[in-house]
Amino acid sequence: MRIDCCYCGPRGHEEFVYLGDATVERPNGDPNEPRDEAARQRWVDYVYLRDNPAGAHRELWHHVCGCRAWLVVTRNSVTHAILRVEAARDVALARGLSPNPR
Amino acid sequence: MIVRYSIFSVLAQALQGNTGWKPVWRDAELKPAYDVVIVGGGGHGLATAFYLAKEYGITNVAVLEKGWLGSGNVGRNTTIIRSNYLLPGNIPFYEWAMKLWEGLEQDLNYNAMVSQRGVLNLYHSDAQRDAFARRGNAMRLHGVDAELLEREMVRAIAPCLDFDNARFPIAGGLLQRRGGTVRHDAVAWGYARAADQRGVDLVQNCEVTGIRVEGGRVLGLDTVKGFVRAGKVGLACAGNSSRVAALAGLKLPIESHVLQAFVSEAVKPLIDTVITFGAGHFYISQSDKGGLVFGGDIDGYNSYAWRGNLAAVEDVCESAMALMPMLGRLRLLRSWGGLMDMSMDGSPIIDKTPIAGLYLNAGWCYGGFKATPASGWCFAYTIARDEPHALNAAFRLDRFATGHLIDEKGAGAQPNLH
Repeated sequence: MRIDCCYCGPRGHEEFVYLGDATVERPNGDPNEPRDEAARQRWVDYVYLRDNPAGAHRELWHHVCGCRAWLVVTRNSVTHAILRVEAARDVALARGLSPNPR
Repeated sequence: MIVRYSIFSVLAQALQGNTGWKPVWRDAELKPAYDVVIVGGGGHGLATAFYLAKEYGITNVAVLEKGWLGSGNVGRNTTIIRSNYLLPGNIPFYEWAMKLWEGLEQDLNYNAMVSQRGVLNLYHSDAQRDAFARRGNAMRLHGVDAELLEREMVRAIAPCLDFDNARFPIAGGLLQRRGGTVRHDAVAWGYARAADQRGVDLVQNCEVTGIRVEGGRVLGLDTVKGFVRAGKVGLACAGNSSRVAALAGLKLPIESHVLQAFVSEAVKPLIDTVITFGAGHFYISQSDKGGLVFGGDIDGYNSYAWRGNLAAVEDVCESAMALMPMLGRLRLLRSWGGLMDMSMDGSPIIDKTPIAGLYLNAGWCYGGFKATPASGWCFAYTIARDEPHALNAAFRLDRFATGHLIDEKGAGAQPNLH
């Protein structure tokens, strides 16, 4: 696989480190003291539960041997074809979130 | 008619020029209803059907397989069996698997070539020696065999290793003599035959397309061969667990990853045990045909592709060269990939689900083969009794929500690190 980094251009995937599903969203509040059962369940969802689709999968890669940017890569998990690469920062800003992943 | 395999049946066939062998199981047609339907005709699913029939007399059972029996990970692994675990939730379960392996061929009347040739985990530093001593002690406290070997004792077993590697010299090893290898396809075939003989329907090319639930209870399954009503449904779908569970609206703590394995051209007897490299992730044994069978880490990204990338190939081969430099002279015969149901804590799930009558067997990461007999045995118990056995009581689906994780490596909720 070659990932077309937004900043560095196409690079072998071995330059990147994989984190996982980019669609999960960190809940607000303290994970150790969730306000209620719904808040607790949101933390369980965020930390542990995954859609794990066969097909298009939005996922976080870190260009650790390159520019060190975090990327949101949309990749087909059945064919390994890379469909889209976005800077994680831009994705977070577009969602109205903090641009610093984790 | 059930043919029992024995020395006499083999001799009788030899006299007929081996022309009288019959198919090992019936290719069954799907009936409209069953007491129990198992989804997934791999090792775990077939073992479950066998133990449902043998232990609980539940024989109105179907195993549905979307491809052919044993087409998934049971035929794609590196055939290693062992019970060298550390945590209390894991050791008794895997040791029960080992005990079942030891009696498997008599149980099934099928030659699965169970070979207790030993599993030797190498350590390369004082710190790692301490960690292995701890693991060995944990095993022995649970009644599992373990021996801590010094460097020269390892050399006596496997003189071909690179003991003086500049970066990772071999300092010794932890040996489980009862570990070893099993002919993996024969496990699927043996369980299939034994289940079939007890009346279980094995239905191939029967993909499940829907799980019907009514009033919180499972009703049956939609398949490409039509609807089948089921009293209970057990899912044993390995790398496809998330997709099948999603048919019932369940979201699992699992990611599917690809793991590659390799076999070299055949050579004369070289290693007579299973050896694992302690300074990287690498395990190797020699098949009876002479090929060296080995593997390493998963590729590390979500995949349903049944094939991996070259980076993982290179990584595995580098470990191979660090451990056994002579391997550089060998050619690789084949490499292949399998889909691993990587759970969030590296341990499996054998449990009921929030839907009555629906049971889940998943999250085997890349350690499912060695667990096959105990997985089937415990899953059969869980389905028949509608409650987990003590051996799989820790493998709960809700442990991720309650915090009772079983994380052997302490890697956290990051499946590609387990």
